[in-house]
Amino acid sequence: MMPLDTYEFNDVIHRCFRCGYCKFPTNWMDVNNCPPYARFRMESYSCGGRLWLTRAWLNETLEWSEHLAEILYSCTTCRNCEVKCPLSFNVDIVNMVVAARSEMIERGKVPPAVRRFLENIDLHGNPYGSARSRRDSWMQGTDIERYEGQEYLYYVGCTGSYDTRAQRSARALATLLGKAGASFGVLGNHENCDGNEVHKLGEAGLFEMLAQDNIERFKALGAKKIVTLSPHAYNAMKNLYPLYGGDFQVFHYTELLYELFKEGKLDVSNGFDARLTYHDPCFLGRWNDGYETPRRLLAAVPSLRLAEMEKSRDAALCCGGGAGNFEIDLLGGGDSSPARRRVRHAAETGATVLAVACPKCLVMLEDALKAEELEEKLAVRDIAEILTEAGGIR
Amino acid sequence: MYALQFDETRCLHCESQDCLAKCQYIHIGKDGKQPGEMVRIARGEDSFVLHECVTCYACEEYCPMGNHPFYLIVERQEALRISPVPRPLVTRAVNLGIPFRGEPAVKEINGPLLNMAAFSELTHLIQGRLFEDLPVISTDGRKMFHYFCQLMYLHYARSSVIKERLPGIIATIERHKPTEVVCFHDECYGTYASYCPAVGIDVPFTPVHFYEYLYDRLTELKELIKPVGIKVAYQRPCSSRLSPDKHRFVGKIFRLIGAEEVKREFVDENALCCGGTIQGQGREGSRKRAAELQRKNVEDMKKAGAEVCVFNCPACLQTLGGMVAREGIRPVHMSDLCRFAIGETPAGWEVTR
Amino acid sequence: MNAIYQALADIVDAEHVSDRPEELYIYSFDLGTAEPHRPDYVVAPRTTGQVREIVRLANREKVPVVPLGGGLSLAGLAVPLKGGILIDLKRMDRILEVNEKGRYAVLECGVSQGQLTSYLAAHHPGLTHSEPGAPPAATVAGNALIHGQGDLAQPYGFNSDQVNGLEVVLPTGEVCRFGSCAIGASWFTNHPLPDVGLFFGWCGTTGLITKLSIRLYPAKRIRGVGQFVVEDEELVPEIIGRVTGTQMAEDVIAYSRAIPPFGLGLQHFTVNIAANSEKELEFKQELIWDDALGEYIRRGDGGYLGFTRGLEHPQISKTSDYKKGGGFEYVGSIMPIEKYPECYRRGREISERHDIPYTVTGRCVGVGHSMMFAWTYAFNRADPETMRQAREALHETDDLVLELGGVIWKPGTYGQQLILGRLDPGTRALMRRIKEVLDPGGIMNPGNWEGI
Repeated sequence: MMPLDTYEFNDVIHRCFRCGYCKFPTNWMDVNNCPPYARFRMESYSCGGRLWLTRAWLNETLEWSEHLAEILYSCTTCRNCEVKCPLSFNVDIVNMVVAARSEMIERGKVPPAVRRFLENIDLHGNPYGSARSRRDSWMQGTDIERYEGQEYLYYVGCTGSYDTRAQRSARALATLLGKAGASFGVLGNHENCDGNEVHKLGEAGLFEMLAQDNIERFKALGAKKIVTLSPHAYNAMKNLYPLYGGDFQVFHYTELLYELFKEGKLDVSNGFDARLTYHDPCFLGRWNDGYETPRRLLAAVPSLRLAEMEKSRDAALCCGGGAGNFEIDLLGGGDSSPARRRVRHAAETGATVLAVACPKCLVMLEDALKAEELEEKLAVRDIAEILTEAGGIR
Repeated sequence: MYALQFDETRCLHCESQDCLAKCQYIHIGKDGKQPGEMVRIARGEDSFVLHECVTCYACEEYCPMGNHPFYLIVERQEALRISPVPRPLVTRAVNLGIPFRGEPAVKEINGPLLNMAAFSELTHLIQGRLFEDLPVISTDGRKMFHYFCQLMYLHYARSSVIKERLPGIIATIERHKPTEVVCFHDECYGTYASYCPAVGIDVPFTPVHFYEYLYDRLTELKELIKPVGIKVAYQRPCSSRLSPDKHRFVGKIFRLIGAEEVKREFVDENALCCGGTIQGQGREGSRKRAAELQRKNVEDMKKAGAEVCVFNCPACLQTLGGMVAREGIRPVHMSDLCRFAIGETPAGWEVTR
Repeated sequence: MNAIYQALADIVDAEHVSDRPEELYIYSFDLGTAEPHRPDYVVAPRTTGQVREIVRLANREKVPVVPLGGGLSLAGLAVPLKGGILIDLKRMDRILEVNEKGRYAVLECGVSQGQLTSYLAAHHPGLTHSEPGAPPAATVAGNALIHGQGDLAQPYGFNSDQVNGLEVVLPTGEVCRFGSCAIGASWFTNHPLPDVGLFFGWCGTTGLITKLSIRLYPAKRIRGVGQFVVEDEELVPEIIGRVTGTQMAEDVIAYSRAIPPFGLGLQHFTVNIAANSEKELEFKQELIWDDALGEYIRRGDGGYLGFTRGLEHPQISKTSDYKKGGGFEYVGSIMPIEKYPECYRRGREISERHDIPYTVTGRCVGVGHSMMFAWTYAFNRADPETMRQAREALHETDDLVLELGGVIWKPGTYGQQLILGRLDPGTRALMRRIKEVLDPGGIMNPGNWEGI
């Protein structure tokens, strides 16, 4: 018996014809919308290439190698392929990749960076390997309340908690929520990784532990409504936690802010005088169909002029950070990295601000901006930061 | 084995001869009387009607005597081999309804259910609170022809196909153990409520018209309704002629949700075909005739000041939707309009909110 | 470190060269039924200069060179039959110029059909190109080189006829240009310089095209598809004759297939019609459906199925999933239109004998001058038996094409040998001499047109 026989998608994986639709954005303007293919431009890195290589490995035509594992782990699970593939199995393309990763994990055959990422989350509750005791460093010096039964549990996530750039967006959101009179609290050092990336990296066991741990903690605290800074956490909690009994009402922060705006509680009257373009995060857009709310929020801000990139909404190019790649970084380096391509798209619109709604996109794109030497022309700002300014909060 | 119950003595006693007198497509003298034409047809004789019929179904509604003039026309067309459409189109249509992608997975419901029939792809039209807790069958496009009511073959002079296949379709639906079957398409409703009794096919469940269901649900959710305040025209489908008693729900729904039905010429009994059937006949002149009809119809909506054209039948929507849109009238399916009225945002309605 | 690998890395860069098993595996396949063969190296250059250096290296080292575009010919034309260096040209994907007035575009060889379609729609909505029925990832250059046909083939002919100029890297490493660009003028015409048409139909055995100029055509505001259907296949040639005779149509295609079953045994036509106004559209429709085809409708032999606005552009194909198995391949032929009935009957018989649902298509090329007739055979990639059946059916069909008096289009190696067996000896000798002059080392895509 070969591994293919027990592989979950063994009756599907050969159906990919490698026609290449998956490389395109919805408007077909180039073949650079699959992040790994855009980065390396070798067929092995295309979505179809990954599926064929997976099958070859599982039916023992091809031996495992670190290169093979890197090809598999370079997929950011951005789901562009699923949008473009016209065949009925398209809903399972990302699942096929994730299931193949699970096989690799089962055999202990993953790239070192992936192993480190998972070990860090297991040991420290975050992929960076920082101490759990430093998780609340983002809120030092603020008067943000701890969660104890307020209406919303504000889940910050690993990137917002530890990354110095993302911390600013995490604080901006807290300030906005406070100013709008929302009742919320945070977990501080008691927060644990949400596990979205762990799930996408194929470490099902660790994901289950994280999900159960979080669900128990949320329930114990009596949380019913959760608002997340990161679309990644939002995706896990909204779509995966219910499988483990986590039946919370989960909001991405843009959804909550838009509600507050409609209720007249979010003040944006100071405006934001800039031409701005918005980058759709995969886990808000393609994964959860959240294309319009962030745009409506931005449209509500006086003086703000929204310019769309040629690739937007379900055609948006991923920043390259998904499935742990914001840290594992199999797609970085070189001017063809997805993040660098993406900031060039933003610059082409003539915008001076690139708005994001995800801490991972924020970090990825800001780094890319530096590499592209576009900092003079363009700034990457989280929507929470933009709204803080529009609300006259300093 | 299944035979149409047609009582020609009723025609002999009929004063109005409305079945043909009111026909919008065959013009039978200004006085509108052609006594005996339907009797001739019933007796198996050839008639110009059998050749010129555009199969709009309307005579089923016009008949004041409770007879089935349209079903009869179709039976006789078939018996006399008078094809209302060219041969290749008949072959194509007859083949269309043959399921070929495996058997459907049947789940027992033991209660009311909604049958999408051959419109499995349109489940976006049955979303939201109006449809919550109502189990749905035929949602798999590959299996939908197992639920296809077959009545389309009335347009092709193939009553025999309907009678041959329909009992099997009913059996498939019955395997779901329904009590009531809400029919997404009113052609299905017409099949189970009108055609089956007319030819003696047994229907072991109670068919429910989609609009009656919508009306009842809207009434239950009345506190959510905010009057839509839109001027609407309604595109009545041919199949509605088989259930004229349910047509009143159109007006009732509009009143309930505060939609203003514009005053038009081609409305209710006088409604015009969307043109799909007429063009679909593929006969000489069909294309132009359909285009002319569609022009007249849309012109009438425009003149009456309609902002929205409300559709019942997905086929009408497909045929006429683009055309009304090009004239600045928004094409909308009834269920989306109802959802809008209770504060939901159907796909594509974001801007409207 | 291997010397050839190192040299390739020096020419391009290390990221775009590979001799690792994963790349060699992926690049060993065609998407059809052809047996895989692994290359020794894969390289993805970005410039003509890099291509030239790679070809020079291959000459020095006497290793084969296999050019790859979209890799969607399905005929195994880019399978490295004798190993060597596989050059993936898709990174050369710049659209260099679109000339609105002269209606042409200058493209690098890796530009895909989808990219050009999308670019024109966004920046030159009044222009379109003759887009083939291939997936949008197929390259414009590759399609022209194999004599592809697009959705403007009926009025304007093969896509190889649309070429206004070429830049070619010869098998010995020189870079040449053909057409008006060869004398430093713009890329607006391929004529009237001496004809050196040495690259079309040669399956990559005479050089690598790095740039080409392709003709564009007016894109009318309304484009859509009308459909017509008959039962009797004998009527197809005369109907094509009548429709093309109106000169009112763009694409004209006749097809028949077993799946979905409603079309079984019927002959369908799709007729693309374009117009700038409703008036023009109605005028064209009247000439086609009423005047040209009215007679068939009156007799009850033919049915008009309606006109659908909007063209699927680029076109999406789901053929590969017929057997839920990720594969299909077809034999294409260039065939006199009068052969349609026989092509249909014989093709259906071959399919049914091999237990494959039949699919046949004839696309009119020129105003009734010929058609590209294709027999498609789906297979399940996970089931070697279905692949074997498809391969057998394909070979039988190659034989059939010649028997019926047609020419095999973009033949794989089996078809190439059938053609060589029938080729006029003088022509064959000339082709041999050309090949020897151009490619003395025999390094270009060896295994194709072998034994010429």
